[in-house]
Amino acid sequence: MSAPSSSPVASASFAYGFAAADCGGLRTRVGAAEALLRCSGALWLAAERCLVVADLHLEKGSAYAARGQMLPPYDTRETLRRLAVEIEALTPATVILLGDTFHDRRSESRLAADDAEALRGLARGRTLIWVIGNHDADGPRALPGEVADELTLAGLTLRHEPRAGLNPGEVSGHLHPAARVKATRGAVRRRCFITDAERLILPAFGAYAGGLNVRDAAFAGLFARPPLAAALGFGRVHAVGWRSLVGD
Amino acid sequence: MADSAVPAADLLPPRFADWFASRGWSPRAHQLAMIERARAGRDAVLIAPTGGGKTLAGFLPSLIDLAERSPSNTPRGLHTLYISPLKALAVDVERNLNTPIAQMGLGVTAESRTGDTGISRRQRQRVKPPEILLTTPEQLALLCAWEGARLYFENLECVILDEIHTLHASKRGDLLALDLARIAQFAPRMRRVGLSATVDDPEVIKAWMANHGSVDVIGPAVAPLQGEPSARRTEGVSATDSATDDIPNAGEETPSVAPGDTSPRGGGSSTVDLVRGPAGAEPIVEVLLSEGRVPWAGHTAQHAMAEVYDVIRKSRTALVFVNTRFQAEFAFQELWRLNEDALPIALHHGSLAAEQRRKVEAAMARGELRAVVCTSTLDLGIDWGDVDLVIQLASPKGASRMVQRIGRANHRLDEPSRAIFVPANRFEMLECQAAREAIAENKLDGDPPRVGALDVLAQHVMGCACSEPFDLLALYNEVRSAGPYRDLAWEDFEQVVDFVSTGGYALKNYDKFRRIVKGQDGLWRVRNAETAQRHRLNVGAIVSPAVLAVRIAMRGGRGGRKIGEIEEGMIEMLEPGETFVFAGQVWRLVGVTNLDVLVQAAPGADPKMPSWGGSKFALSTYLAQRVRQLMTDQPHWQVLPADVREWLEAQRDRSLIPEPDEMLLETFARGHRQFMVCYPFEGRLAHTTLAMLLTRRLERAGAGPLGFVCNDYALAVWAVKPMDGLDFGELFDEDMLGDDLEAWLADSFMMKRAFKGCAIIAGLIERRFPGQEQKTGRQITFSTDLIYDTLRRHQPDHLLLRCARDDAATGLVDVARLGQMLSRIKGRIRHSALEHLSPFSVPILLEIGKERSPGHAGETMILREAEDDLIAEALG
Repeated sequence: MSAPSSSPVASASFAYGFAAADCGGLRTRVGAAEALLRCSGALWLAAERCLVVADLHLEKGSAYAARGQMLPPYDTRETLRRLAVEIEALTPATVILLGDTFHDRRSESRLAADDAEALRGLARGRTLIWVIGNHDADGPRALPGEVADELTLAGLTLRHEPRAGLNPGEVSGHLHPAARVKATRGAVRRRCFITDAERLILPAFGAYAGGLNVRDAAFAGLFARPPLAAALGFGRVHAVGWRSLVGD
Repeated sequence: MADSAVPAADLLPPRFADWFASRGWSPRAHQLAMIERARAGRDAVLIAPTGGGKTLAGFLPSLIDLAERSPSNTPRGLHTLYISPLKALAVDVERNLNTPIAQMGLGVTAESRTGDTGISRRQRQRVKPPEILLTTPEQLALLCAWEGARLYFENLECVILDEIHTLHASKRGDLLALDLARIAQFAPRMRRVGLSATVDDPEVIKAWMANHGSVDVIGPAVAPLQGEPSARRTEGVSATDSATDDIPNAGEETPSVAPGDTSPRGGGSSTVDLVRGPAGAEPIVEVLLSEGRVPWAGHTAQHAMAEVYDVIRKSRTALVFVNTRFQAEFAFQELWRLNEDALPIALHHGSLAAEQRRKVEAAMARGELRAVVCTSTLDLGIDWGDVDLVIQLASPKGASRMVQRIGRANHRLDEPSRAIFVPANRFEMLECQAAREAIAENKLDGDPPRVGALDVLAQHVMGCACSEPFDLLALYNEVRSAGPYRDLAWEDFEQVVDFVSTGGYALKNYDKFRRIVKGQDGLWRVRNAETAQRHRLNVGAIVSPAVLAVRIAMRGGRGGRKIGEIEEGMIEMLEPGETFVFAGQVWRLVGVTNLDVLVQAAPGADPKMPSWGGSKFALSTYLAQRVRQLMTDQPHWQVLPADVREWLEAQRDRSLIPEPDEMLLETFARGHRQFMVCYPFEGRLAHTTLAMLLTRRLERAGAGPLGFVCNDYALAVWAVKPMDGLDFGELFDEDMLGDDLEAWLADSFMMKRAFKGCAIIAGLIERRFPGQEQKTGRQITFSTDLIYDTLRRHQPDHLLLRCARDDAATGLVDVARLGQMLSRIKGRIRHSALEHLSPFSVPILLEIGKERSPGHAGETMILREAEDDLIAEALG
């Protein structure tokens, strides 16, 4: 219901190529690449056997605790558990952490020993790539994996923060997109992917990561046509058109 | 006023006696009894109907004490603390109290302190307190969390708790009881005085407010007085006391005083004496039998509005009570449509801007208004002389609330209050009739005593640490001296302290981040000043839903003048461009930005009325029972209007009318659906829980349930397959409250909502204050739902999950009531297999499609609907 100024380009309705996958996710294309948008909020690039997750914000709980707000200290293990479930299901050759993997620069030092061990376990036998985000610009100190500012894969550019303006072929995170859908029976707010088939923004994967409504001005100008939200439901990803989305 | 038979001279100093005489009054017997109790150093609760000089009775002992003190050159600090459940009431009492103080020239300072009090006045009050401070439970909690609280309260002689019946059975009551226990430590001489309107069970209130000083701190000389004999004597006197309820002569001033046991104060536990004021005149209550037909369903009473207007025209000043804000807006709109005489009719509810409410209250006090349409905001206290009629639109839901509301009419004891019930539908007609009879018999429904909540205790423990270092065992004993916490287990207390310190997690990651720390002296103290300051910003046991400001839209999408506030959930039902009624006018919704709802005036437009405008109060157990009885008692039907009577007769002939201890269950087919409708009369909450659990069982039984709908009286479930062959005894077996309940509850949105409330009260997450939110950019606040999900998976026995479960089970899903109902109907389900729907089933079937359906299933439905839109868009 916010001001319509943040609406990308006003154009006629556009039929996107979306198909439901057996896992409950949605199959689509981003640029020339085949993409599977998973219920967990992860992106699966099957041709490359590559799993992409954004904005894990590990140790967000302890960041708050340090300031006197004792959020449950289980966000890291919960996030890693969800990642482990995806890795178990898909056996990726490459796992890409698309930035803001840690909540702040001191997160790694607060990591519990068993959580650190779990992360090492996930990296074993595959390539782990840490794309740098604004919260964790230094990359990991003691944990395994390669560090990159951005990388190119299957004709796609993977980076943390979406570049302003149109950037065909870009896959990013950073904005924590969330969709709010309203119907006669009430409203629902869910994390979502958002895409115009040219670029894709991933939802935050972290257990405690909040969401920013895709109708927010931060998304303005990023899409060539009204984008489509793929909202994370219960065991399913729902494709929701721009017209059905409302502000907070 | 009536003459008193009690010799006043001994109790009332000349200055006071002269003042009474100069007003042409005599002190009332219960006022003198309160002075006498104070002289004896006793805690006391005064139960008297509105208009009985109750507030003055509470203050007289303090005023006399203050007036008789020898002059002193040094300030002597706080003498009397007055606690009101409402800010407005504290301010009102300040005004009413300062009148006699000025007239008698007592030179006593009495000041209010609420969230609305200016900062400079509040600061001055901390440094130099008035002799009488009038405030709210939240401000008291704040004062207790300040450094120096001990000194601030050390000379306190008396605490007066007003409208105590509205406070005790809630988390606010828990917090207040804890703060009383706290200041009792600082001020050993402090007496407790409770003031209450008519209540069902004074023992519950007495137990709540008493000092239950634990045995650990009682000296041997005192202990024998705690023994059996005195306790027995209390019971004996209470029995005589309740007999005075039956004294028919309302004018006769014979207060009864029932002493509690007589242990001396200081450390030991005490009991509270009961003082009863005179019973007021019997209220005259009528049910409006409309010329128009009583509707089958609905909550607006639109059919009777012309008659309501007519009644207003014939009375001096009427209060028109409704149960929700939307009903208030609707009724106000309807009355003005009919208002040919341009009578001054106003609107008053909690969403209106404070300034606007004050205006209405002032006009009311000046006697300028003929009617005010209002919600529970006017249930309490504020004294407005001239109201001569109370109109209740739609059902009252409980007899006690209704007595309170009726008491708003006529603040003079010798004249009866007059009230008219206006039922909005057929079942409500039965309910209004039952309520009328319950009030005539003076049968009230009361709140059961409650066990103090642990999230509130967590907040209190933190507050204690913020004011001064504490010893763990001493604090445990202090906490147990508060009524709601007298049975608190040491293990629970330890868990709460661990939670306050580090969050209480099995994973000990946070030891270095403790909020409170144990020093080398063995005392616990707050980590640093900043932590204490943050705590003080979050004090209080009221968690309000997110509220948006309603503002007139200006150019450029900015918000202009503020009209009032509205809960987030209400505005969700509207789309930009749609019209709605607010603050008595029709507005068009322009949009929502951050915390503002932007609107434009749309005079003359036809407003959209939300369909879910039912009552937020559940039908009380007691009233439900009376409705079931009335329904069975066929000769009694003659008190009902013809169309309602015909409806009952049709039900009797086409289906059946169950006995009062039975539950009727009907099955029939309609369209392609199979229906099961049952009528437990246990209120919407209990019904919704029952429906959730039934659908799980029907799913397992292969019936293929598709949906359900509930109201206060009935619930309907529809399914693919017929359900008339099911074993209903098994379906409604009490064992559904075991695993089925737990499995459903853990996933339900109600647990998440309860968890959020507990997390805020306990200090796990901080309150969000308007303006603090990030305006733009990535949202960094976290959602409590995410925390709930994570905590449930990784530490399901955590303290706050326990708190949330208790809250959900009592407040949100009413498990206790459902349990009682299942046990009541065991073996008493009357099944009626029908060809067609029955007359009783019509109201509930009319509600299908009007309810919101929260939870996973509801959310999935909304998302699927949006997907269908997309498909339609793509194909179109």
